[in-house]
Amino acid sequence: MSTKTLHTLDFSILQQCMHCGMCLPTCPTYQETKLEMHSPRGRIALMRAIAEDRLELTETFHEEMNYCLGCLACETACPAGVDYNQLLEVSRFEAEKKVATKKPFRSLIRKGLLGVLFSRQWLLRLVGRGLWIYQKLKLQEMVRKSGVLNLLPKLLKEWEKKTPTVQVPFSCDRMAVLEKPKTPSRYKVGMLTGCVQDILFADVNRDTVDVLLHNGCEVYTPPTQGCCGSLQIHNGEAKWSEYLASRLIQEFENQSLDAIITNSAGCGSHLKNLHSLFEKESESYVKAKAFSSKVKDIHEWLVEIGYKEPDLSKENQTKFTYHDACHLCHGQKITQQPRELLKSIQDHEYCELKDSQVCCGSAGIYNLIQPETAGIMGAHKLENIFKTGAQVVVTSNPGCMMHLKSLSQESQVKLEWKHSVSMLAEAYRRSS
Amino acid sequence: MDLIALQKSLREPLLLGIEDLLAYSYDGTAGIEPQKPLFVAFPTSAEELSLLLEWAQTYRVAVIPRGSGTGLSGGTVPIANSFVLCSSKMNRILEFDPENLTILVEPGVTTVEIAQKAESVGLFYPPDPGSMKISTIGGNVANNSGGLRGLKYGVTKDYVMGFEIVLAGGNRVWFGNKCVKDVAGYSIKDFFVGSEGTLGVFSKILLRLVPKPKSKKTLLAVYSSMEQAAKTVSQIVAYPILPCTLEFLDRTTIQCVEAYAKVGLPQNAEAVLLMETDGHPAVVAEEAQIMEEIARKSGAVSVTIAKDEQEALRLASARRSAFASLARVAPTTILEDITVPRSRLAEMVAVIQKVAVDYQVRIGTFGHMGDGNLHPTFLTNEKNHEEMKRVEKAMEVIFEQAIALGGTITGEHGVGTAKKAFLEKGVGTGAYGMMKSLKNLWDPQNILNPGKIFS
Ligand SMILES: Cc1cc2nc3c(=O)[nH]c(=O)nc-3n(C[C@H](O)[C@H](O)[C@H](O)COP(=O)(O)OP(=O)(O)OC[C@H]3O[C@@H](n4cnc5c(N)ncnc54)[C@H](O)[C@@H]3O)c2cc1C
Ligand code: SF4
Ligand code: SF4
Repeated sequence: MSTKTLHTLDFSILQQCMHCGMCLPTCPTYQETKLEMHSPRGRIALMRAIAEDRLELTETFHEEMNYCLGCLACETACPAGVDYNQLLEVSRFEAEKKVATKKPFRSLIRKGLLGVLFSRQWLLRLVGRGLWIYQKLKLQEMVRKSGVLNLLPKLLKEWEKKTPTVQVPFSCDRMAVLEKPKTPSRYKVGMLTGCVQDILFADVNRDTVDVLLHNGCEVYTPPTQGCCGSLQIHNGEAKWSEYLASRLIQEFENQSLDAIITNSAGCGSHLKNLHSLFEKESESYVKAKAFSSKVKDIHEWLVEIGYKEPDLSKENQTKFTYHDACHLCHGQKITQQPRELLKSIQDHEYCELKDSQVCCGSAGIYNLIQPETAGIMGAHKLENIFKTGAQVVVTSNPGCMMHLKSLSQESQVKLEWKHSVSMLAEAYRRSS
Repeated sequence: MDLIALQKSLREPLLLGIEDLLAYSYDGTAGIEPQKPLFVAFPTSAEELSLLLEWAQTYRVAVIPRGSGTGLSGGTVPIANSFVLCSSKMNRILEFDPENLTILVEPGVTTVEIAQKAESVGLFYPPDPGSMKISTIGGNVANNSGGLRGLKYGVTKDYVMGFEIVLAGGNRVWFGNKCVKDVAGYSIKDFFVGSEGTLGVFSKILLRLVPKPKSKKTLLAVYSSMEQAAKTVSQIVAYPILPCTLEFLDRTTIQCVEAYAKVGLPQNAEAVLLMETDGHPAVVAEEAQIMEEIARKSGAVSVTIAKDEQEALRLASARRSAFASLARVAPTTILEDITVPRSRLAEMVAVIQKVAVDYQVRIGTFGHMGDGNLHPTFLTNEKNHEEMKRVEKAMEVIFEQAIALGGTITGEHGVGTAKKAFLEKGVGTGAYGMMKSLKNLWDPQNILNPGKIFS
């Protein structure tokens, strides 16, 4: 991957786009602007023009690649099966390399967040603990009130508002390396704790393990695992991504696992394709392929093995709705399984969300680098959520949850945000 | 008025950057060299549209009208010294009048928005091109687009009651009105429907709506020969029943659909026919029974009538996934479009299959059996020049055969640049000459979409 460019990429991947335009109506950036360059077809045309030497890799191209959300709604709509994800990854990587941006915030995210922080779980945990103390001691409020923030540049200030609430203890302290179900084990699975999930939503990881145990799975959770590298690859940092992938594969090697479970849509979408990072037929490729073939999204796995329905009587305690994370519905085509699981929770009332498969604007670190568009899209999403009248919103990606939660704080309606697995874990607890 | 002055009188910025120009250098047509325009303009009103056409005439710059660029005959691909006039920012529904069963829209409104608006009060806008989620009504009218319901409901032109059109030089003219009956003067309106942006640019379009049929039944029949499917269709029509949909897939298409969508069609089937009848529930139920019987008597291996909405969707998915299944097979997909009289359709399919063997090319054919419109779809690779030569040869033979069977070189995609070499042969020298003289009359300086339709 780190050697692939638009010139060396298999040309048939670009050629597969027959410029029919069927992807345009599902693309959020096209819908917002009605400009062809901001559509999947337009972006692919630019990539192809670069590959055919009709266009140089310009600053505008670089910006365009970052304006794309990477939500992959275009892949779902495309009749020709264009591998847009791969095209975008290669383009971002090449653009990042060639057009070193001079904007200070961009390099801050890249080097700081992606390169250093997300790549070293111990450091992320350390920062996490610092953040937790900062929040617990109400320092956050004091700092916000003191006006110190006014000294920071505007964008950094926006970010400070977005710092999510940290959950201590983190995953590693919440579960044992090997946990066995009370009933005889039907399967042995590996558990991916993720980088963001590990710190900000550690309870979701605990809930995932509980749900797996409840369904007869023995769960192996290596404590030292870190980030899977999906954020890096989606932002053009291929080298980091390769390094992180190799490390992760090692953690799960030689465990004879039936599956490796993830509860984060973004990680799953990336990990199922891990082999594409490496040179075909290389040793790393073969290892990655073996790993990828075992990766299962938690919803997918539960439906596949035949999950236990929570034993609850029909009531309508609270109304809840489900937002499809892009990397689950478009990236992995998983839409039915979460709904099936959620509908089995009989004591709450499930309702569908209009346009639930349209991106909320979170999209990896998109909400940090394109706050304006991300805000508009989040507002559309919230509007539809409010219309359902649901009190609880369920989704399966930490990014979506953080982004929407932070946006919804400004509104009057109070919403509760939950991971679908937590919803199910709680249902099991109520039923037993 | 130079470009800067022009910009000052427009609300939306003109696009001039190379990346933007590249993004307007193609449409949905395969195998056409992309060509950058000088700039792209987005009028937001009929007044701005008129101003742009006046400017074009004065400075002798060609105008390429464009909707969403899903056209399949190269109609919106720019030429040298031209600018693209894109309607995507003229996308308002101006008036919805259920009492007169009409809707007045700007040209950039998508087909699906019109269909949904009609449906919201129990009305129906029948033309449903496969691209309707994104195609614009301006593009539909300019190409006189069809869809799956042609046999019973006709095509776009049957729903156009009137429009405002901006002519070369910027004059705005209204044709038509909300009256069902109107014989005041020549019916010039019909000249413009299907004119592919070569006679004027639509700025407002008035459409006719009809009541929505109350119910629908879906059937799927599988055959071991195309003749059996064709026989089914001719006997249904002769009965007489007028189904709203009669769609077929040939052997290659069936195999591709099974490989991709796995809808459960037998691999050795030679033809699949999707049939739908709509209208009053009692009539529909009776018609579905008769259609099933006719299909069986004609030799169908199996016939399924959908019990409910869900099964109907499942049956229809065989046809709906046809294009997507074919498009995945090879890097380049060329979707062709010919029409023959309904009674010659099976013959035409056989011709196409023979041509595929003779020229060693892969062609999957599907289409609208009710109205004789076929889409032979070439699965190839534009980078393989030797194969592309054979594809071109095969196409020529197919066009010639279609004409020989009393058919036409395009049923709904239009002539554009892709078929202009065949037009004179297709329509005859007399008709061709008349068309050309009309173009000269309305657009003497050849400003509007030059190089399209005519060689
Ligand atoms: C997947 C797919 C399926 C399709 N299925 C069908 C089908 O079932 N039936 C069918 O008939 N077609 C079909 N098409 C072809 C195409 O979608 C139609 O021709 C459609 O009407 C084009 O609309 P558009 O807005 O994309 O127009 P464009 O492609 O932008 O333009 C088409 C032509 O109209 C002219 N034009 C556009 N706007 C105006 C205006 N305001 N005034 C004057 N001229 C204008 C252009 O100059 C051009 O010549 C399909 C295409 C695709 C890619
Ligand atoms: S990934 Fe999303 S934003 Fe990007 S081109 Fe595809 S649909 Fe549009
Ligand atoms: S739908 Fe697929 S083939 Fe069509 S323009 Fe979009 S990416 Fe290209």
